[in-house]
Amino acid sequence: MAEQIIFFIFTLIVLGGGLGIVFTKNLYYSALFLSLTLSGMAGYFVLLNAGFLAAVQVVVYVGAIAILILFAIMLSRRMMTSTEPQSNRQTWLAAIVSPLLFIALLVLVLQINWPVSTAAPASDYLLLLGMNFLGSYVIPFEVVSVLLLVALVGAIVLARDTSTDTGREG
Amino acid sequence: MEQLFSLTPLIPVFPLLAFALIVLWANKNNRLSAGLAIAGIAISAVISWVVIFATLASGHHVQVEGWSLPVPWLPTGTTVFNIGFAVDGFTAAMLFMVPLVSTLIFIYASEYMEGDSRYARFFAYVSLFVFGMLTLVVADNLLLLFISWEIMGLCSYLLIGFWFEKDSAKKAGLKAFLTTRIGDVLLFAGMLFLYSKTGTLTFREIFEPAVLHQLATTTIWGQPAAVVISLLVFGGAVGKSAQFPLHVWLPDAMEGPTPVSAMIHAATMVSAGVYLVARMLPLFAVVPVAALQWVAIIGSITAFFAATIGLAQNDIKRVLAYSTISQLGYMMIGLGLGGFLAGIFHLLTHSFFKALLFLGSGSVIHAMEHGAHHVGDHHTDPQDMMNMGGLAQRMKKTYIAYMAGTLALAGIVPFAGFFSKDEILADAWHQAGGFNFGSVAFWAWLAGTLGAFVTALYMGRQIGLVFLGKPRTGLSEHAVEPGKRMTYPLLVLGFFALVLGFANVPENVPLIGNGWLHHFAGMVHESAGVLDLEALPLNWGLAGLATVIALTGFFGGIALYRGHQAGQEDPMVKILGRPLFTLLKNKYYVDEFYFAVIINPVIKLADLAAKFDYDWVINPIVNFVGNTGRWISDISAEFDRVVVDGLGVLGTARFFRWMGKELRYTQTGQAQNYLLVIALVSLSLVGVYLFGIGF
Amino acid sequence: MTAIPLSWWVTVATALFVIGLYATLTRKNAIAVLIGLELMLNSANINFVAFNRYTTPNQVGGQIFAVFVIAIAAAEAAVALAIIIATYRRRTTVDVEDIDSMKF
Repeated sequence: MAEQIIFFIFTLIVLGGGLGIVFTKNLYYSALFLSLTLSGMAGYFVLLNAGFLAAVQVVVYVGAIAILILFAIMLSRRMMTSTEPQSNRQTWLAAIVSPLLFIALLVLVLQINWPVSTAAPASDYLLLLGMNFLGSYVIPFEVVSVLLLVALVGAIVLARDTSTDTGREG
Repeated sequence: MEQLFSLTPLIPVFPLLAFALIVLWANKNNRLSAGLAIAGIAISAVISWVVIFATLASGHHVQVEGWSLPVPWLPTGTTVFNIGFAVDGFTAAMLFMVPLVSTLIFIYASEYMEGDSRYARFFAYVSLFVFGMLTLVVADNLLLLFISWEIMGLCSYLLIGFWFEKDSAKKAGLKAFLTTRIGDVLLFAGMLFLYSKTGTLTFREIFEPAVLHQLATTTIWGQPAAVVISLLVFGGAVGKSAQFPLHVWLPDAMEGPTPVSAMIHAATMVSAGVYLVARMLPLFAVVPVAALQWVAIIGSITAFFAATIGLAQNDIKRVLAYSTISQLGYMMIGLGLGGFLAGIFHLLTHSFFKALLFLGSGSVIHAMEHGAHHVGDHHTDPQDMMNMGGLAQRMKKTYIAYMAGTLALAGIVPFAGFFSKDEILADAWHQAGGFNFGSVAFWAWLAGTLGAFVTALYMGRQIGLVFLGKPRTGLSEHAVEPGKRMTYPLLVLGFFALVLGFANVPENVPLIGNGWLHHFAGMVHESAGVLDLEALPLNWGLAGLATVIALTGFFGGIALYRGHQAGQEDPMVKILGRPLFTLLKNKYYVDEFYFAVIINPVIKLADLAAKFDYDWVINPIVNFVGNTGRWISDISAEFDRVVVDGLGVLGTARFFRWMGKELRYTQTGQAQNYLLVIALVSLSLVGVYLFGIGF
Repeated sequence: MTAIPLSWWVTVATALFVIGLYATLTRKNAIAVLIGLELMLNSANINFVAFNRYTTPNQVGGQIFAVFVIAIAAAEAAVALAIIIATYRRRTTVDVEDIDSMKF
């Protein structure tokens, strides 16, 4: 009973935030709504017995990505204050397709009998996570680290200010 | 001794080799070509002498039964068809005559043909020809005989039309070939029947008494096979030996060079027909009378009528041509009455003296042409006897030889013709049994005797016109006797014309009677058992009568013509009466008859057939088919152009271009549009899936 | 915890996904498109973790995958924003509709 209420509250946060993202004209507000949604997601993760993941969500998504987006918005200042309608030409078609898609996907997924198990969740899931990351999934783990490095370097290269280059080897 | 006979197949080889060498190699060098040809025949002559010697030495065994060399040639199912070579007394006698006469003629021709632009070709042709004749003589079966028969026919055509720039020569060659062709077809038909009835074409095998009996009893078309086959074979001989009614080609064949006339149309090719009948005589005789009497009848008609035509001819070679036809008729009379030896004896002697006469006429013509050149007159015919005269003074050697030949032909003792002709007439009389008007033999005797008179008459006429009296034109006034190569062969032949008769004097003649040829060559058909091969004694009465007739005719002819003046009318006209003379001069209009009744209708039929082909039926059909095909392909081309190209190929291209033009607008370059499309498609897929599982 | 059936979680995830899709499809600003993209990724995360919890609770495969998704999303967001900034510098516009040089 209590869970359902908590679930309901978090759903409100998440979906409300989502709708807010979409219907706000102000881009800055969209980013803030995103942070809200992401935080709500952390709550979901706690409900699902994935505490570590909740912490990661907050630290990475909210703490880094959302902030990054905010910074990017602030760096492209003019957009922040525009009052043009944010919707583009295919809004109407998208407005029709999206709900339809929602219904279709829902119907598709809900009519399948998922093999639900009633076993208790692992109590030492953190240990399991650690062992998997450095055990079965060590290669993706290492690759992701390389990927992050690449992204780092790429972002720096792409976003640097070339107008201040003096033509010398930098 | 037997080994010497194995040289026999070599006899025809050397002239053939000469032919090949001349054609392939020596054809630019005239002297070499003539040399090769003469060498070829001379070597054959030498080998022939060896074989004759071997035959003489082998006695009765070879002379009558013969030596043979069968050559298995054509496998025919379970058996093998043989061809091969054979020698007996008859063959040996022929091998005496053919190479000797041919060699002399070749030598003569090497001078006669000088100056001709196709000199080498002439010698190639005559070499090929003599190859054919020699093969014919040594063949032991009908097929090989027929092959050489045809080779000779070809060479005859080529040589008659040798001067093919002359239209008359071309026509004469064709006439000879086509006329003898008729005979050849008959001969071939006879061969086919013979083979189908007996399974063999080898002479010795056919003349087995059992085989002959079978042929006499089985029938073809209701008649005994032997008779039908014999008559067909005789048909071939009628063509080749220029008997009535297929005689028309021989006078025209005089268009060829004179050595050709001498060799082919006097000594060898025309005697091939007689040779054939003589060889096949047992077949003719096995059913008594039936086939043989036709031989005698045709021979008699030919002998008499040809002689009468000769009386009214002015061309020196034509007279001799009709004389040849007539004498061949005599040989047929001899054979037709069952007188094997009489026929072949006359064949042998005739070859010698007729070759002599022809070569002599060639010398005369050459002399006349020389005179023409001298006088500058190229319009007067050098061959017309009416333009000659007094040549005895100018051509002494030729005159002597020619005289010998004439006396032999007229049958005046002791020249060869007397003995051979007399043998024939004696046979006829003997078979007729006296004045027996119902007997074919009697009529043959009568025709032969009257013919002998006419023969002597026209030969006397010829001597009188050509050699005696005074020259009637500038040509003969300035005639010059030809050189050694043309005169000496004449003398050699003249010698034989004188002495050859003594080879077979009937035995009852005191001192010289020997019947030698009779023993040597006359018995070859003994084993067949169907011929009466007995030698007849000399009938003194008949012989005397014959001599009287001949002398009368001969001197009568001379007397009539030795004083003939230029421009005078022929004395014969007065004697015979103009209508008869004209009839004789025009050869009884036989050629005209043939033209009207046979040749022109055939040509018209050919024209009709041509019209059928070109104008009326075949061509229109072909054109129609062609046009239809054209029309169909035009339609198909149109279809191809419009439908396949236009619609198919171009249309497809246009369609795709249109599609491309319309579809390019989907590439907006904006990612959101693309994403929307993805969303739409996913929606549809999910929708389809859900619909599919029954939602 | 059987109080909340799996279907509720799936519904939520789907709804969040569609909202994110709508945002991606309809916003003019590039950064707004990126935000929509992040929403979609998060909806996937919900699905992963929910299914992990309900089908194989004694294993952690879903969570591991979710971690990876987050890491990659981070990398992608960084690069995307760098591109947007670079584009803004050159053209002084961040309107997605104007960036259409792949047009026909």
